[in-house]
Amino acid sequence: MIRRILINILAPFLAVLLAFSVGAIVIYILGENPLFVYKILLINSVTKVDGWGYVLFNATPLIFSGLAVALAFKGGLFNIGVEGQIYIGAFACAWFGITFNVRPLIGIPMGLLFAMIFGGLWGVIAGYLKARFGAHEVINTIMLNFIAIALTNYLVNNPFKEPGQINPIPQTKELFSGFIIPRVYPLLNKLGINLSPSVPLNYTFFISILFCVIVWYLLERTRWGYEIKAVGLNPKASRYGGINPNYIIILVMFLSGALGGLAGVNDVMGYRHRFLDGFSRGTGFTGIAVALLGKNNPIGIVLASILFGILDRGALAMDVFTNTPRELIRVIQAIIIIFVAIGNELIFRLLQRLEREGE
Amino acid sequence: MIGGILSLELLISALRMSVPLTFASLGGVFSERGGVVNIALEGIMLVGAFGAVVGTYFTNNPWIGLLTAMSFGFLIAFIHAVVSITFRINQIISGTALNIMSAGLTTFLSRLIFKAAGSSPHIEGMVQWRFPGTNWQISPLIVIMFTVIIISQVVIFKTRYGLRLRACGENPYAADSLGVNVIMMRYSGVLISGILGGLGGAFLSLEHARVFVEGMTTGRGYIALAGMIFGRWTPLGSFSACFLFGLAEALRMRLEGFGIPTQFIQMIPYIVTMCVLIGVVGRAVAPAYDGIPFEK
Repeated sequence: MIRRILINILAPFLAVLLAFSVGAIVIYILGENPLFVYKILLINSVTKVDGWGYVLFNATPLIFSGLAVALAFKGGLFNIGVEGQIYIGAFACAWFGITFNVRPLIGIPMGLLFAMIFGGLWGVIAGYLKARFGAHEVINTIMLNFIAIALTNYLVNNPFKEPGQINPIPQTKELFSGFIIPRVYPLLNKLGINLSPSVPLNYTFFISILFCVIVWYLLERTRWGYEIKAVGLNPKASRYGGINPNYIIILVMFLSGALGGLAGVNDVMGYRHRFLDGFSRGTGFTGIAVALLGKNNPIGIVLASILFGILDRGALAMDVFTNTPRELIRVIQAIIIIFVAIGNELIFRLLQRLEREGE
Repeated sequence: MIGGILSLELLISALRMSVPLTFASLGGVFSERGGVVNIALEGIMLVGAFGAVVGTYFTNNPWIGLLTAMSFGFLIAFIHAVVSITFRINQIISGTALNIMSAGLTTFLSRLIFKAAGSSPHIEGMVQWRFPGTNWQISPLIVIMFTVIIISQVVIFKTRYGLRLRACGENPYAADSLGVNVIMMRYSGVLISGILGGLGGAFLSLEHARVFVEGMTTGRGYIALAGMIFGRWTPLGSFSACFLFGLAEALRMRLEGFGIPTQFIQMIPYIVTMCVLIGVVGRAVAPAYDGIPFEK
């Protein structure tokens, strides 16, 4: 057991280290000092309070998106459609946010709920098609991503476009104040932490942590969780155990899509207070990396999201203070995914061999 | 208005739109017939588009650009093959990672090489071929495309190689027991898809735009996969599907001029693919071992 835990932590750590080494070689070839570039990356993200504020702000949607992917993984499904669920969820909560003028006590839970319901229903489309027709969820969720992007692009450009808008990117009207999730700096300032008001970190971050706990509880302490994991491990065996796998597939895609929908909340309710066309920029795909790196474990997902948050924040500084284009960070992120996946597989095989020898 | 939209010009435009999709789609056929899902096609097309511009930029010869595009596509496909065939990693994960990597890498290199954000300088396009004795011109890449379609159809369904490749996608264990080298066959399928995907990307930058724009494939790799499914994993079928999708795209560009919201036309390839997958428009069945790693 201890060996297993050690390996589970060691493997992602090594993968990250290796990916950064590859990055360092690239930076060196370009004629810059890798240590200097990496120092810049870290100084602007983790040595200052504001830097941490941005890191956690960046991490928030990734936590939701990572949870969405992980939950589907547990149920044996590959939800590559989180990106689409984000757009649909975000648009739904923006739509209600510009329609109903209610108090925050009602508005915020309502916004979250609608993001979940609509994101979830968008996920259910792929789940239903899999359960009913056996259509593979990977292709369908990819297709649904593009449909979601085109659909919200239509909505925000036509019926919901803010009248007389100046911003070149199409956007909706501003949400009613009852739907706005406040920033955390007033609270932190009271606690003596000096976070500047310009940092967009808001209470959505705490909501994301809350959902980590909820997902953990669901998977480890409830009947649904048990059934989801049973279907994920072996759908045929679970059928003999009295579980209806088709029902579980639809359930998993709803829950996963709901978490995906929540990943859009940070931007809509917590930051811009409106829906911006094309705002997500791949958060749903980064969620796959987060889930892999975090080993589908809520704590691991939070840590992986924070790492990716640091990288995103540091990337900006790299552009400003070094000659290395920030896209190097995306390359490093991709290398992390590949190395983690390979590491997982190698360790899995190693453990299998050790167990066989132990018998 | 209808007369202005439906014309020979529209069909030609549809054909041009379908070229990059068709190349990538044919690549998908080779990869998936061998049993490897290749969603990295999106990234492969992107590095192909980038490679074509880089090669042409430095040599002023689009044919060198074309070669560069194919070799870049080959490289990404090679990584996909190593990760998903040799290491037996989930093919979707590998493909997703490679798509992220390709997007980052092309932007990164483009900024380094061309010292500008957003796009490269304009480059020489390909010299068009002229039909003898007429004024009709055609892009050499379109000629290549039709050649590749026919060759692929023959190779996959009429040759020993094709039979073995399909066997690896339908039942690799049976193929293995008959002495077929499954690993090698799967590698070949994926690598061919890299070369073809690279060609598809090259058409985008060499013919459509004559410039590399960051992220310029905008999901065409996925549409190509959709075309492959709609075309039931056959080269001729894939081409027909891609032509249909090309027609939708050409139509969309026309209608945009009339101020009609075109997002719903944009959705057509995706919705059609979903319908095909669930059997509304004729059932499409993937190779039985498509996406499942082979372990000897």
